[in-house]
Formats: sequence, structure tokens, C-alpha cells
Amino acid sequence: MIWWRPKSEGEFQIVKEVHFWTTSKERERERERERERERKMKKIILLTVLALLLAMSLVAIGCPAPQVVPDEPAAVPLRAALERMRVATTTSLYDTGLWAHLEPMFEEEFGVELDILYAGTGIALEWGRRGDVHAIATHARAREEKFVAEGYGVERVVFAYNYFLIVGPADDPAGIKGLSPEEAFKRLMETGAGRFVSRGDDSGTHGKEKAIWREAGFDYEVVRDAEWYIEAGRGMGPTLVMASEEQAYTLADMGTFLAFKADLDLVPLVTEGDILLNVYSVIAICPERRPRTNIKMANNLIDFLTSPATQRLIGLYGVEEHGMALFTPAAGMDGK
Amino acid sequence: MTEIWQGFVKAIELIVSLDPEVMDVAWRSLRISAASTILASLICIPIGGLIHFRSFRGKRILINIIQTFYSFPTVAIGLLVFLMISRAGPLGFLGILFTPTAMILGQMVLITPILLGLTISALSGVDKAIRDTSISLGATEFQAIWAIIKEARYAVMAAVTMGFGRAISEVGCALMVGGNIRGFTRIMTTAIALETTRGELELAIALGIILISLALIINVALNIIQQRYT
Repeated sequence: MIWWRPKSEGEFQIVKEVHFWTTSKERERERERERERERKMKKIILLTVLALLLAMSLVAIGCPAPQVVPDEPAAVPLRAALERMRVATTTSLYDTGLWAHLEPMFEEEFGVELDILYAGTGIALEWGRRGDVHAIATHARAREEKFVAEGYGVERVVFAYNYFLIVGPADDPAGIKGLSPEEAFKRLMETGAGRFVSRGDDSGTHGKEKAIWREAGFDYEVVRDAEWYIEAGRGMGPTLVMASEEQAYTLADMGTFLAFKADLDLVPLVTEGDILLNVYSVIAICPERRPRTNIKMANNLIDFLTSPATQRLIGLYGVEEHGMALFTPAAGMDGK
Repeated sequence: MTEIWQGFVKAIELIVSLDPEVMDVAWRSLRISAASTILASLICIPIGGLIHFRSFRGKRILINIIQTFYSFPTVAIGLLVFLMISRAGPLGFLGILFTPTAMILGQMVLITPILLGLTISALSGVDKAIRDTSISLGATEFQAIWAIIKEARYAVMAAVTMGFGRAISEVGCALMVGGNIRGFTRIMTTAIALETTRGELELAIALGIILISLALIINVALNIIQQRYT
């Protein structure tokens, strides 16, 4: 880092040295040579530093994880050596830890790096439409069917389900405990007692909430203007935390609620009703529409998720920690 | 308060035990931000020098615009870069969305205004005499700019440090174009965002403390270099 050292005293020095040169040529030449050497050294150091930094940035660009190729930055290819497969998943599957549980098994079985992106169903579908992912795992049947009908997805394959539930403060100010979901929402609207936190992020859960409002006979646009209605605009976990802090009601999927239950001051109030069924499905992006889709790996992922072994794992997931399964395996069902 | 304290204890635990996941994330953060800062500096410092050196119509306005872009929201830059490099976007053929390369690109775009603007103001602080002298001594434009930059090297270094600080601390752009993929594009800030949403507050605080410590180490190192070679 010597190259930062100031070069004597700026340009004024040079003028002085011109004078020097006339009085003592010999000394000046000696000095000139010395300066030349120094300049050369500086150049070498500068080049080394630059080369090092460049190598560093190349490493940063090129290699996926430091432990893969730590010792040979020069040989790092700009593309990762391992095949990569990218799936967009809804936050409820991610926040429960199911993907982290299944990821290493899939990677080992198929020799691939699985990149898992978590987002609400809305963004996941948008990524799929744009061809930025190879498969999506979501839970919004109508929109998934539209996605496939529009030609972006190959086929909707159901692999698990669980139930939504309405949770709220234990004192239940609106008195919705034990009602049907539609009745409960009607009660919320009519009494205006207690607040409701909505995902408000165009996710699958948000879609389900809108469907329940519709079934209960209300226009969602009117509901969302209500004073007691809060749009969080965030994932399931943060929404539950917010509902707990505000002591408000919210609609949650069973998996995320159980995973977060210990940190929440909320209890399940409405758990029965056909409309609360929550079906998860996986869709490979159509390679005819988006030619860069890694359709082979996308199909592998679908086969993996619906295989008997994985289905068993899904059915057992969470039993040890929460005392009950977070998901019910559902491969081969028609996915209502 | 107990959470902050527990976070602090946890941070020390994670550092002492060299937790592989945390080290991996920290190292990736450092590499990506260093790469983006270096690449952006290599572009911005010469261009900043040129803007400072030359006088042209609209120079004031240009500088004003650059300074306005200091406060460009990181998510907006994330969205912009996302739309550019998404498969359906104009640079989609590169296929770099959701990779570290995309994050470096995003951070470069993010810190370019800061580096440009601060380089220009750093150079403005240099005595005009240096420029005039070097030209009168027959320096080319490039040599004269180089002389001015060398004269203002500490202020320029401060600009680079500032750019690095903004790059390593931003989360919106990294989340949007990187996707926070575990073991691939997860960096300190996106990990903090994720752990917070998961309710793992201690871990989130610990990661925050490690991020601050990293910044501290880098700043102290730069300071030592400056003092030593002054």
C-alpha cells in the first residue's frame, strides 16, 4: 500500500528541482534513478494489488460457496460447476422449515444445487411467468390453474395439504370461537369488536382470506377500508407476530402457526370448515414457453415430492417438535 | 433489552465457535460488497475526475442530479436491476438473476452516485494551483487528473469507504436480485431480514453485531493504512 505515500511536496518541488539540476547534475541523476526505481516498485505493488482485487472479485462472481474451490481462483469458471435448479416456494412452506428439511435429500439424490426462493404466491407466479425459476410450489388453486391454462406451467401436481385456521386473542372480543369461517368473518364485520391483521400481500393466504369474505357476503374493497382492518403486507410469520402484538385476529396456515406458536400470544378460534382446506401443489414451468427451463430437474423435483419416501417424510414433519404433523401428504389426489 | 444482551452473547458464541454458516454468510457479504465497491470505484473515480476537470454546459445540473441519486431507494434499484436481468428483460439472456453476480451489479448501480459525487467534491477541495501547474508543465489531461486524485487521495478513500458501507449494509436490492438463497446469495443483511421474520431475534441481533464488527475492522484497517503512509 506504499503507493498512497505522498510524492514529496506536490508540483512545486519539481520547479525547485529544475534549479537543483543546474547546480548539481550528478546528484540529480542519482536522485532521478532512485525515483525511477521507486516508481517501478510502486507500479509493481499497484499491479499486484489490482490483480489480487480482480482475483477476489472473480472469486466472488464465479464460485457459489467458498468451500468449493478455495485454492484456485484462477481456474474458477464463471458458471458454477454444479447444475443449479431453482424453485420458488410460498413463504408458509419455507418458514415452517420443510424445504430446509427436504433440500439436502433432493440435492444428494440428483446431484444438483437446489436454489430455493421464498415469496408469496403472487411473486412466485410472476417469477414463473417471467421464466426466472424452473418450478413453483404454491397454494392458490384458481390462480395455479389459470397459470397452467395460460401455458406457463406444464401441470399442477398436488403434494400436500393442511388447513387454515383463524387465530386470535384468548379473550375473543368478537366472540367467534367455534363458528364457521364465514360466520366468524360476518361477526367480525358486524360487531367491529377486535381487529384483524391481513397478509395484504397478494399471497395464497391472502387470496383465501378474500374468498372467505366473498363467501360471507361482503365486498373485499369495503372490508379493507374498515378501521379495524390492518394490512400487514408481509409474510405469514411477521403477520402472526404483528397480530400477537396487536392482540388481533388473523387467518393463518396451520404449519406456520404451529411453527411460531411458542412465540405467540394467540389461540386457534376457528378450525372447522371446508373453505379452510389449504392445498399445496408444485408446477414445472413450461419449456415450450420458457426455453431456459431446466425441465429435467423440475420433473425430478416433482417426482421427488410425490415419491412415497418423501410423502412419508412430509407426513412426519413437525410431529417430534409440535406433537402433530404440519402437513398431510396428498400425492395423487385431485386437489380440490 | 434482554434480547439485545442475549444477541450480543450469541454473537460472541457464533464468532468464537466459527459457526460455518455464519462465517460463510459473512465472507460472502464481504466478497460481494468488496467486488462491487472495487469495480464501481474503477469506473467512478476516473469519470468523477473527468467531470471535475472539464467544464461543460450543464455541469452543475449533472452534479445536482448525481447528488439527488444518493437517496435513491435500494428497493427501487433492486426492482430496476430485476427488470433488466430477468429472463423476460433486455439482459435476460445473461441468466444472472438470483446469482451473486446480479447482487454485485445491483450494488454497483447503488453506490455509483455516491462514488461519483463524493469523488467530485473530494477533488474540488484540491488547490487549483496543482491543476494549473501540472498543465503548464506539459501534463496530459489524464496525468493532470491523476495528479489531482493523488492529491485528494484521503477524501477519495473516504468516498470509497462510504460506498462500501452503503453496499454492505443495504438489503432491499440484495433481496430482490439475489433472492436470499441459502449457501448461494444469502448475505448478512438478507439473513438478518429472514431471521427477524422467522422470530429468531437473537440470531438476527447477533448477525447485526457481526456486521458492525466487520465494518469496524475494515475502517480501522483503512485508518491505520492512512496514518502509516502519511
